[in-house]
Amino acid sequence: MATTSTPSRTAVPPVPPSGEPLPGSGSRRRRTRVLFWIGLTVASVLFLYPFLWLLGASLKPRTQVFDNALIPKSWAWNNYVKIWDAVPVFDWFVNSVTVAIAAALAATISSALVAFGFAYFRFPGRNAWFGLVLGTMMLPTAVTMIPVYLIWNNIGLATTQVPLWANNLFGSAFYIFLLRQFFLGLPRDLFEAARIDGASYWALFWRIALPLCRPALIVTFVFELRASWSDLLKPLIYLRDVELFTLPRGLKAISDQFGQAGEQQWEIVLAGSVITTLPMVIVFFLAQRHFVYGIATQGRKG
Amino acid sequence: MPAPANDRKARTRRWFAGFRERETWAAYAFLSPWIIGFLVFMGGPMVISFVLSLTDYDAIGDTRNVGWANYEKLLSDPKIRTSLANTMIYTVLAVPATMIVSLTLASMLHRVGRRSAGVFRTLFYLPEVTPKVAVGVLFLLLFNGQVGLVNGALGLVGIDGPQWSTDPNWVKPGLVLMDIWSVGGTVIIYLAALNNVPRDLYEAAALDGVSAWQRFRHITLPMISGALFFTLIVQTIYKLQTFDEAYTAFYGSAASAQYSNDAALFYLVYLFQQAFQFLHMGFASAMAWLLFVVIMIITIIQVRVSNRFVYYEGGDR
Repeated sequence: MATTSTPSRTAVPPVPPSGEPLPGSGSRRRRTRVLFWIGLTVASVLFLYPFLWLLGASLKPRTQVFDNALIPKSWAWNNYVKIWDAVPVFDWFVNSVTVAIAAALAATISSALVAFGFAYFRFPGRNAWFGLVLGTMMLPTAVTMIPVYLIWNNIGLATTQVPLWANNLFGSAFYIFLLRQFFLGLPRDLFEAARIDGASYWALFWRIALPLCRPALIVTFVFELRASWSDLLKPLIYLRDVELFTLPRGLKAISDQFGQAGEQQWEIVLAGSVITTLPMVIVFFLAQRHFVYGIATQGRKG
Repeated sequence: MPAPANDRKARTRRWFAGFRERETWAAYAFLSPWIIGFLVFMGGPMVISFVLSLTDYDAIGDTRNVGWANYEKLLSDPKIRTSLANTMIYTVLAVPATMIVSLTLASMLHRVGRRSAGVFRTLFYLPEVTPKVAVGVLFLLLFNGQVGLVNGALGLVGIDGPQWSTDPNWVKPGLVLMDIWSVGGTVIIYLAALNNVPRDLYEAAALDGVSAWQRFRHITLPMISGALFFTLIVQTIYKLQTFDEAYTAFYGSAASAQYSNDAALFYLVYLFQQAFQFLHMGFASAMAWLLFVVIMIITIIQVRVSNRFVYYEGGDR
């Protein structure tokens, strides 16, 4: 991954409106247009269908779960009562929210600190350190998974929720990279002027850089919120106590107990899937712009 | 020739002189969280992991130095071969599938105009916010051989669908199909790349009467090759470490393990079992290093090959 010190974010040209640009001839053109819209509609239905099916099926009585109707013939709202009685699903929800917010806050603040260090200062060793940061993105988690577990075990925190978010206190390569790009895009004069007025380095970061980069901070926050919310591997490794489970870990337990290999009470598994998925769908709709922006930015750095 | 040596010495001196600056120390203060985190959670663990891989550490009994025995066992354990092969097959199927489907969808969105593209983009991205555990559950339900939605749909067009979740030959293709559901992120990356292709290129080509396929082949593909390359590498690394869906659907409880006949035993699934279920942490560490080497080799090959095809604006990067 080549890195240049130029603020490449500003180099993105405005996108021209893309309508139906390309010429063709009369009726053939109309036919391709129709085919095109049919294709797009089919694709959209295919993508949306599993969601709607999941939502619908979670409200069906057990015997109708597999009837493949989108809208339940008879509504079984008590599936959600059943899951409430069967497992501590509210605890899991609270755990997931707490862990995800802690993880996202920690990742955002620490990555911003480090990114600012790389973006603003000129110092010996900068390129080497930054290369190392990028290099860590290549390292599979499998390599560090066992020793990190042993470290938490030694401190006596291996069966708590702390390991699920505390690593994020030290910054994370991808977000450092993302935020650094943003900080590099800020005009340097801004900082120089503040320095002349006697602002400390901390003030440059806290009072100038952070407020101006709020969109990038939100991108980091929602990305890590989603990543942490969805994580299964870490909860599998660390959490033993059922009351401490996060929703994905809980859903895995539900699926083992009530699903394919268990009691075949699929309506409970379905309700659990909805409870695990829906909060992120809501977050996505609230922060859609930021999700899209963050992802689109990734592809631009070759 | 003393000059270059002097030059280097001067540069070294200047480099160290940097540490007399207040600015340098401030910079390192800002970097300190990452440096500490790197030492404690990456650099240190890498060393520990390698040391562990030379022992029979199992968290309970005595630990002995076993030399390279764990690495030799990598060669002799048949499950290593199975899981590596599974992972490779899955990656070879899933990465091109993801890229082709994403590029098709992105090209379509590129044509519909910005406002409606936004709506469809949301729609295509939505599945990606679904936690992979839920995707694993959905796989079991939708791809159920007898009563699942997928075979139901196939039945409508007269196809007798396979037993996706129990037939070892169909488990991986099934997981790949399920995986295509979450291509939304890649679609957004490609759409951004397509939006960045200068339009005058197309206009010039249209004037010259170039066919749609040739425009795609000679303008679009080269202009978005950077994004294609990026997603190829990232997706490959990601798919080689696939875990959540397969583990949710097929492993975890003793009873569920029998379903797939090891057809869904991906490398990370087996590594997780070895490390945290059988507590063979020494062997699992050796497994982790093998994965690391495999990922490195594949990435290097991809970079080498891609460098011939990728077009960078400005040329000399």
